[in-house]
Amino acid sequence: MAETGRARPLLDVRSISKSFAAVQALNGVSMQLEAGEVVALAGDNGAGKSTLIKIIAGVYRADGGEIVYNGENVTFETPHAARDHGIETIYQDLALADNLSIGANIFLGREPVRLAFGFLPVLDRGKMAEAAKATMARLDFEVDRVNAPVSRFSGGQRQAVAIGRAIYWEARVLIMDEPMAALGVPEQRRVIALIKNLRAQGKAIIFISHNLSDIFSVSDRIVVLRRGVLAGERRTSETDPDEIVRLMVGG
Amino acid sequence: MSTLSTPVAASRRTTLARISDLRAWLFLILLVVFFEIWAEVTYHSSFVLNPYNLQSISVFATAPLLLALGQTLVIISSGIDLSVGFTMGLAAVIAAHVSNLSMDALGLGEIPAMVLAIAAGIVVSLVPGLVNGWLIAHLRVPPFIGTLGMYGVTRGAAYLIAVGATVPIHNSAYTWVGNGKIGELPFIVLLTAIVVLATHYLLSQTRFGQHTYAIGANRDAAIRAGIDWRRHTIKLYLLSAICAGLAGTLYTGRFLAGAAQAGEPLLLDSIAAVVIGGASLFGGSGTVFGTIAGALVIAVIQYGLVFIDVEPFWQFVAVGVVIIISVLVDQSQRRLAGERQDG
Repeated sequence: MAETGRARPLLDVRSISKSFAAVQALNGVSMQLEAGEVVALAGDNGAGKSTLIKIIAGVYRADGGEIVYNGENVTFETPHAARDHGIETIYQDLALADNLSIGANIFLGREPVRLAFGFLPVLDRGKMAEAAKATMARLDFEVDRVNAPVSRFSGGQRQAVAIGRAIYWEARVLIMDEPMAALGVPEQRRVIALIKNLRAQGKAIIFISHNLSDIFSVSDRIVVLRRGVLAGERRTSETDPDEIVRLMVGG
Repeated sequence: MSTLSTPVAASRRTTLARISDLRAWLFLILLVVFFEIWAEVTYHSSFVLNPYNLQSISVFATAPLLLALGQTLVIISSGIDLSVGFTMGLAAVIAAHVSNLSMDALGLGEIPAMVLAIAAGIVVSLVPGLVNGWLIAHLRVPPFIGTLGMYGVTRGAAYLIAVGATVPIHNSAYTWVGNGKIGELPFIVLLTAIVVLATHYLLSQTRFGQHTYAIGANRDAAIRAGIDWRRHTIKLYLLSAICAGLAGTLYTGRFLAGAAQAGEPLLLDSIAAVVIGGASLFGGSGTVFGTIAGALVIAVIQYGLVFIDVEPFWQFVAVGVVIIISVLVDQSQRRLAGERQDG
């Protein structure tokens, strides 16, 4: 699929295989991802979409194949290792601590500390609030209440917080699992705009979706999996929903 | 921007939340006003302006408050510690024995014996704390069950070590720790105030506190953020046990004897103080500020009812009713907040 003569991809997944006991979840699947590109991962239930992103994110180890990231052959032992390399996964349940503010969620586990009275280490809430404001502004989400717990925000805003956390830490690859699920229509539009915004900022994005209209409204390329193998790969501008469905079900 | 909730609803919600945070303090004020009126009418004297009353209430509140501070940390992390009462008793008995032994057998002076006794009581309390944390964090035992088990173990151990009786001490330095005053301020009140400040700092100003709230609200989120929840959980139960151990060693100084049942009635008081103080038993919320008010509410009820000459057993009824009311208020407040969030 390197027909457009582009430079080497940011992420190059080469014939990945993975089985769980007797079940072959993935069999020799390859895909590439460039900076500033949105790739939709489509496929029926059990096609291997989740397994593939979990391998990229360091949750699972592949049985075979290799991942070349930024020109380097990598093996991520843990999700932390992947995150340290700038590959961030935004899960469906968003993994936010609802009782904490946006800033506290962005910094969760890496909270900034300053010295009060010159000796007493205290949380730097000012820095957290500033980062929250700046990050949300970068995503075109205005928030006036940076100190409110995120439980007070809507689904789309919470999605933005989860994405904001990833981009604050300079993620280069964002993996999004059903980012539009469980959102109302206006919120879905906001998230689609958000993904386009991230693409414009040069982020590489893989997202899983069941919804063809979401896929067609935001992706540059569509990778279709079926029963653990690559069923096809199309430029979004050169295909249509019918063809993608045929690839998904194997018609 | 159409999807953002309106600022008006938002500010109203915050005001509501703020009132709810102060609930326990409002309750405390109502109680004090009630006893004040009663005292004025019946005894023609003041309840609250009587220094003796204030001192008694604050001394009275120290032990339940110390237990409640540890309990606050544990409850915020969505756990519970049922073993604090007898951990306190165990520490009280051990401290009494160590004070006696180090004077009689080792021939130490009163002050070193006192220091050794208090240190021993606190060190012993680390054992149930560590076991609780380990059971919950590594063997995935539910906190209610794990600490209930340690409730039994510490209870048995305390009575066995006390040989079924109280263990009197004869150490005036130790007695001073429990009963002495600096000016008009009882030493144990001062000490408790220091622990209160330290706990408040830990919870509201440090990464440790932040992680405690995160674990309580969404453990998976905390784990994904790289927080070692197992280590953190063990530390929380250790802190809870240390608070109980300190309360136990102070008990021995205050009552001139260690007793296995020292903390028996205080377990429920400690949980009640946290709940009245506004924490949710589901975890993720609670403050030291609220817990102080909760502990004071209980202390004022207990002391006040004796003060106005009501049969002491009414205390239990009153505290029970206050717990139920405060949980009901909390629930209705949450429901209100929830409705507005959807709207």
